Amino acid sequence: MLSLAGERAHPEIIENIKKEMGIDKGFIRQYAGYLKLLMHGNFGTSYYTNRDVLKDIAAKFPNTLALAFVATLIAVPAGVTLGFIAAYRKDGLIDKCVNAVSLAGLSIPVFWSAIMIMLLLSLKLKLFPPSGTGDIRFLVLPALALAIPAAATLARITRTTVADILKMPYINTAKAKGLSSLSISSVHVLKNAIIPIVTIIGLDFGSYLNGAVVTETIFGWDGLGRFTMEGIIKRDYPVILGCIITGTAVFVLVNLITDIAYHYLDPRIRLHAKDR
Amino acid sequence: MPKTVNSLEFGVQSFRNNLKLFLPGGIIILLFAVSIIAPFLSIYDPNKIDLDSIKRPPGIDHPFGTDSKGRDMFARVVYGAKASIGVAVVAAFVSAFIGFFVGIVSGYFGGRLDTVLMSITDFILSFPSLLLAIAISVVLPPGIYTVMIAISVVSWTSFARLIRGHVLTVKDMPFVDAARAVGCGNLRILLLHIAPLCVPLGLVMMGIKMGGFVLTEATLSFLGLGAQPPAPTWGSMISANRAYILTEPWMVIFPGLAIFITAFCFNTTGESLKDRQEAMGNRL
Repeated sequence: MLSLAGERAHPEIIENIKKEMGIDKGFIRQYAGYLKLLMHGNFGTSYYTNRDVLKDIAAKFPNTLALAFVATLIAVPAGVTLGFIAAYRKDGLIDKCVNAVSLAGLSIPVFWSAIMIMLLLSLKLKLFPPSGTGDIRFLVLPALALAIPAAATLARITRTTVADILKMPYINTAKAKGLSSLSISSVHVLKNAIIPIVTIIGLDFGSYLNGAVVTETIFGWDGLGRFTMEGIIKRDYPVILGCIITGTAVFVLVNLITDIAYHYLDPRIRLHAKDR
Repeated sequence: MPKTVNSLEFGVQSFRNNLKLFLPGGIIILLFAVSIIAPFLSIYDPNKIDLDSIKRPPGIDHPFGTDSKGRDMFARVVYGAKASIGVAVVAAFVSAFIGFFVGIVSGYFGGRLDTVLMSITDFILSFPSLLLAIAISVVLPPGIYTVMIAISVVSWTSFARLIRGHVLTVKDMPFVDAARAVGCGNLRILLLHIAPLCVPLGLVMMGIKMGGFVLTEATLSFLGLGAQPPAPTWGSMISANRAYILTEPWMVIFPGLAIFITAFCFNTTGESLKDRQEAMGNRL
């Protein structure tokens, strides 16, 4: 409140702001007022910029979407390939290395790896611009930072799933038929392993979309995450609430799309649906 | 003739088998112990501002260098372990406790209670977890307890799911019927016959989750929502020294390494616990 009006503001001005924001009313009436706004598809206006929160979110969402796509494009091939290699060499040296690397990838704090990536690739090697919003060159570094833990999770899930599938009798049948190992791994293994892999991709994609809060802030990428963070720092509640509501809605929506994708990817699920 | 194994050989063998579990576990306990007894060791005061020795690179006097206010980074990293590991452990216990309780009640009684409890679980799981933790930390006054609450509220759900599933398989076993036939009440069956069987699963889940808790704590304090300055936490050190990354990188590198090593040790312990459970036939 004092940060809005200034520390030596006249009491009358403070009273006016309170009335404008409606915090002179009771808690229940404030909440009811917010719900009423939401019903009209309105997130209110920012305390600081007085701009429509929904419009700002809509303007920043495409940036976040682009970042999420690039991060997924990096994470999926890397993670799935590593997982496949590890599963085919189960308990061998390569498997142990992949395991250690993926555990390490899960243990790196994203905000730290982001700063380290920025230091190494941008400030020392000068390959990419350190921060800002713009074309694809600005996207590479934040996407890389986001992709590390995602690729690690994917590698682990792929490894366990593929290792389980390789033990199945139908793989032996396929080998006995004399199929090449390439066609076994692309047709028999990949098709059966796709469901857990798609689940993880969906979860990660959903969490990028509600704003990679930390990564976007560090790299100055003008997306939903940085918007959320600015709202949090300034205690700009309409912005925080708007971002969290949008983020959760998008997260749920992406999970729904993942569930629908199962239907197309796995004929067994289609058959079950027909039985009912 | 069966091969006899003398106790020394057996000891060496089981030591090897346990190395993956006890080495990282030992490192964490060591880090935590050092941060507890740090005030009695002859290292610098983590909050002592010494303007004569600002931004010193790592050397004999200051193994990790000093920050922009001349505070010894090594002392700050050592003291930071207390907050980071402490928060992760407390949050793990609290969320395990809540999840355990919800899980056994929901699984055992079933019916409408189960539906309600599992709906609440699904409701929380449908939020992106870091965003929910941030939202909770914003509403509550910033501090170490807020971080514990935020992590616990977000993560008890996975315990509840796991324990509920296990209770569902256990509760139809013959010994439960036998206990009921003898005349045991619900409470007695639940606490003395079913709950003990779920404890190992809960503990393993704690091991798996703890590495993530360390990272969440670090992220929240990086965002300024955790313990407030000048209290040394790894996350807040990185965020405060971010500006010096090009000229004085040690201020950021060492706290980050500390987070990485701690999380890595927790994750390795968790994974070897998980492997043991799966070898016993419990899928996690």
